[in-house]
Amino acid sequence: MASTSQSEAIKGAKVLMVGAGGIGCELLKTLALSGFQDIHIIDMDTIEVSNLNRQFLFRQSHVGQSKAKVAREAVLKFRPHINITAYHANVKDPQFNVEFFQQFNVVLNGLDNLDARRHVNRLCLAAKVPLVESGTTGFLGQVTVHVKGQTECYECQPKPTPKTYPVCTITNTPSKFVHCIVWAKELLFAKLFGDKNQDNDLNVRRSSNDSDGNGSSDASKDVFELSPHESPDQYARKIYDHVFGSNIKAALSNEETWKNRKRPRPIFVSDVLPEEERNGGVHSEDGMGLIPSAMGSLGLKNPQEIWNLSENTRVFLEAVKLFFERREKEIGNLTFDKDDQLAVEFVTAAANIRASSFGIPLQSLFEAKGIAGNIVHAVATTNAIIAGLIVIEAIKVLSGDSKNYRMTYCLEHPNRKMMLMPVEPFEANPSCYVCSETPLLLEVNTATTKLRDVIEKVVKSKLGMNLPLVMQGSTLIYEEGDDLDADMLANYAINLDKALNELPTPVTNGTTLSVEDLQQELTCNINIKHRDEFDEEKEPDGMVLTGWSGPNTKPEKSNPSSNGESSSAAGAKRKLEEISDLNGKNKGIALEVEVNVVDDDVSVLNEFPTINKKTRVQ
Amino acid sequence: MDGGEEELTAHETALYDRQIRVWGVDAQKRLSKAHVLVSGLNGATVEFCKNIVLAGVGSVTLMDDRLVSEEVLGANFLISLDEYANSNKSVAELCAESLRSFNPMVGVSFLSGELSQMDGQFFDKFDVVVVCSFSQKDKILINETCRKRQKRIAFYTIDCRDSCGEIFTDLQNYTYMQKKGDERIERQLNYPSLEEAVLIPWKDLPRKVTKLFFAMRVLEKFELLEGRKPGETSLSDLPSISKLRKDLCEAQGLKESHVADSLLERLLAAGKMEHPAVCAILGGILGQEVIKAISGKGDPLKNFFYFDAADGKGIIEDITVPDAVTA
Repeated sequence: MASTSQSEAIKGAKVLMVGAGGIGCELLKTLALSGFQDIHIIDMDTIEVSNLNRQFLFRQSHVGQSKAKVAREAVLKFRPHINITAYHANVKDPQFNVEFFQQFNVVLNGLDNLDARRHVNRLCLAAKVPLVESGTTGFLGQVTVHVKGQTECYECQPKPTPKTYPVCTITNTPSKFVHCIVWAKELLFAKLFGDKNQDNDLNVRRSSNDSDGNGSSDASKDVFELSPHESPDQYARKIYDHVFGSNIKAALSNEETWKNRKRPRPIFVSDVLPEEERNGGVHSEDGMGLIPSAMGSLGLKNPQEIWNLSENTRVFLEAVKLFFERREKEIGNLTFDKDDQLAVEFVTAAANIRASSFGIPLQSLFEAKGIAGNIVHAVATTNAIIAGLIVIEAIKVLSGDSKNYRMTYCLEHPNRKMMLMPVEPFEANPSCYVCSETPLLLEVNTATTKLRDVIEKVVKSKLGMNLPLVMQGSTLIYEEGDDLDADMLANYAINLDKALNELPTPVTNGTTLSVEDLQQELTCNINIKHRDEFDEEKEPDGMVLTGWSGPNTKPEKSNPSSNGESSSAAGAKRKLEEISDLNGKNKGIALEVEVNVVDDDVSVLNEFPTINKKTRVQ
Repeated sequence: MDGGEEELTAHETALYDRQIRVWGVDAQKRLSKAHVLVSGLNGATVEFCKNIVLAGVGSVTLMDDRLVSEEVLGANFLISLDEYANSNKSVAELCAESLRSFNPMVGVSFLSGELSQMDGQFFDKFDVVVVCSFSQKDKILINETCRKRQKRIAFYTIDCRDSCGEIFTDLQNYTYMQKKGDERIERQLNYPSLEEAVLIPWKDLPRKVTKLFFAMRVLEKFELLEGRKPGETSLSDLPSISKLRKDLCEAQGLKESHVADSLLERLLAAGKMEHPAVCAILGGILGQEVIKAISGKGDPLKNFFYFDAADGKGIIEDITVPDAVTA
C-alpha cells in the first residue's frame, strides 16, 4: 500500500474538490477509501435524471437536491468518521478567495466548463496551491498536474474558447445543421418565448432595392406578437409562414448572396400539410398529459427517428400551440433549457424545417438536443479511471514526489501498447499571460468600438476575468463588484456605451489598458493598436487579441535528452519528440484529448456510425 | 445476443441518454440482455460491478461467502458500516443489496458456494464470468469449464495487489465489426485460454513484456507450492520467493532481472491490500471491456492488461500462442 510517509501525508491533508458530478462522485469515493480525512467539496448544481447513469452517489429520489450535499452524505455512509464539508455554491463566488484556497494542500478539479477551470487555475496560482486538473468525454480522459514554479499552469497552452458563428451565417446563409440549431434556439425561440426587450437579429436583411424597406420591419415586429383575436393555432401558422416562407422569399431577392451559394426554398404550411390539417388543430392524443409535449400529442415516440418535413411541421405548430395554451405564463421569460422537452421539440422542428429549406440533412430530436444543449456524452468507467489517476497524482503532490508528477491520457485506442499514457509535465510557458504576466496586444477600431464590447468579448470572454477592473494609466474607467456606490456605477454605465476614443481618458492607438481581477489576483496589460477594418467571417468579434499564450514551438536551449538531466524542477523542457513520437492516428487523438476534453460549451465528439465527425457547437 | 425488437422505455432513454450518445441504442439494448457473474468481491470487482450496473446490464450475480471484516472493507464502498454491524450476511449479500439501488432496472442477486466446484451447466446462465483473487489453479479450471460450453462465455480475471493490477481476458473466437476510417470491416480474434497463455515459454514471449506479468506468475507459483491463498504473503517470504524466481527464470531461459526485487517486495508486503485508486482504474478498464464484448462494439483488449502506479502506465500485452492465426 502507500508507504508510511505517504500515509502520513494523506492523513494530514486538507483537500479541495471542485465539482461533484461525473468525476466528482468517483473522486470523492476514492479519496475516502484512500484514507483522506478532510475533504471540502464545491458544486453549484442540483441532481438531474441524466446524471444517474454515472454519478452513482445519487438516486432517483435525490433529483433536484444539491450534488455536493448528497455526495457528502452518501460517502459518510461507508466512511462515517471523515470530515467532508460541502458547499452548494458557485466556485466563482467571492467567499472562495485566495485566502480560502490557501488553507488546502491540493486542489482537485472535476469541472465541466472552461470558465470555471480558468478561474480556479488563477486562484491556485495566487494561493500557491498545487492543482490537479482533469476531464473526460466518452472513452477519452486526461489528468494534468499544475504546480506554480515547477510546471505549466492550466492556461499555458491555449484552450479553445466556445465556438461562435458569424451573425450573417446564422441569419442568412446557413450551410450546416448546427447553424440551423443556433438560429432556432438563439433567434426564433428567443424571439417567440424569450425576453421581448432583447435585441434580436431575426429579421432578414433585405436588399436596398426592396421597396418594402422600412415599412416591413415594422410589420415584422407585429408578426411576432400574438394578436388579441388570434388563436394559438393561427399564430403558429402565421409565424411558420413568416420565417420559413416570406422571409426566405425576401432573402432570395438579394442576388449577391446567392451568386455562389445554393438557393434556399421558401416553405409555407400549405406546401406541406394537406388541406384538412391546415386550419383545424391537430387531433391531440395526449393533450392533457402532465408535461406538454408535441411528440406526445402527435404520437411520435422515438427520439432517434428523423422526422420528415411534414412531421417537423406538425411538431413545430403543435409546440407553439402548446406553449401558448399550457405554458402561457412563462412566455416572455423563457430561455432554452435542454431538459425542457417542449423547447427541445420546438428547436428540433424549427432547425429541421430551416435545414430542409437550405438543403441541409435533417436530424433526429436526439441529435438536435445534443447539439442545442451542448451535451457531453459520458460513461461511468472513464470517470472512474480518471478519478483513480487523480488520486495517484494527488498523493505524489502531497508527498512532494515532484520528479514523478505525470500528465496521464486515457486513450480509446492503444498507443505503443498503452491505454493509459503518462507524460512528464512541461515547464511553464514564459509567454503565458496568466502565470508569466506578458503584455497583450489588441487590434481594434477605437473610433467605433464601445468599451462594453471590449469588456464582454475580450476581458470576460477571452481573458476569463469574472469581476474585472479596467484602468487606463491611473484612471479607473470601469469595474464590477459588490460594494460600488451609485455614482461610480452610473459613471461606469456611461463609459460602457462610449467608443474607446471617447472615454474620459481616450483609449487610442499606442495606449495601454490595464485589466485586473482582484479575486483571481490576475493583472494584464493590453497594448492598443487601432485598425479600421475587420473581416466579418474570420474576425467576427471585430477585434483581435494576440500574445495570449502560445506554446514555445522551438526548444529554447536545446536540451532534448533524458528526463533526469533537467534540473530539480518537475517539468521537463517541452519534449517535442514525445509528441512527434506518437503515430499519426494518436497524435490527433492526444491533441484532441488535450484540447477537447470535457467542456460542455466546447465540442461534441460523435462516434455513431452514421455521423462520424466532430461537431463544434456554440 | 441480438438487439431485440422492443424500444427502450422513456425512462431508460432519459437515464441512459449520456451513454447512448457514446455507444448507441442497439448496444444499450444488448447490454440489457446480458447476464454477468462475479465471484470474489474485492476493491477492483466492486468497482467493476458498480460500472456494469450503472451501464444497465440485464443481471449481475455475486458470489462471495466471506463475512465482513476489516480486510473486506478496505476498498469496498458498497457496504455501509451500520448495515453489516449486526448481521451475518455474506459480503455478496450485502454488496447485492447496495448495488440494487444503483440501478433498479438491473437484476442483482447473490449465490452461495464455491465457483470452482460448479459444473458446466451452472455457467450456461451467464454471458460473462469475472473472477477475482482466485488461485491460478482455480482460474484455469473455471476458464476451461467455460470454454467447454456450447455457448460462448466471456471469461475475465482481475486482481489488484498493492498499487499494481492485472486483467486477463478470454473471448475465445470473437468476431466483430471494426471501424476503419469511414468503413467497417469484419475482424476475427482468437484468444488463448489462460492455461495456454501461462504455459507459453517465457523466452518465446515478445521481448518487452512488462515485468508485472512475470512477477505475477512467480507469485502464483509460490502460493501454489506453499499452499497459500491468493495474497497470503508477507515480506518475510522474500528469501523463498527469490529462490523460486531464480529456479523459474533458469528453467524458462529468462534473465532474473526481468522479475525485479523491488516489485516482488512490494507485492509480498502488500499481501491482499489494494490501493483504492488502482481498483478504480482496473474496475473501469474491465467495465469497458465487458461492455465492448457484450455490445460487440469497439476493439476488445487482447489479452492482458497491466497497471502499475509506480510508472503510471496502463499496458496491454498480447500473450498469444505463437502459431495462432489472427485474421
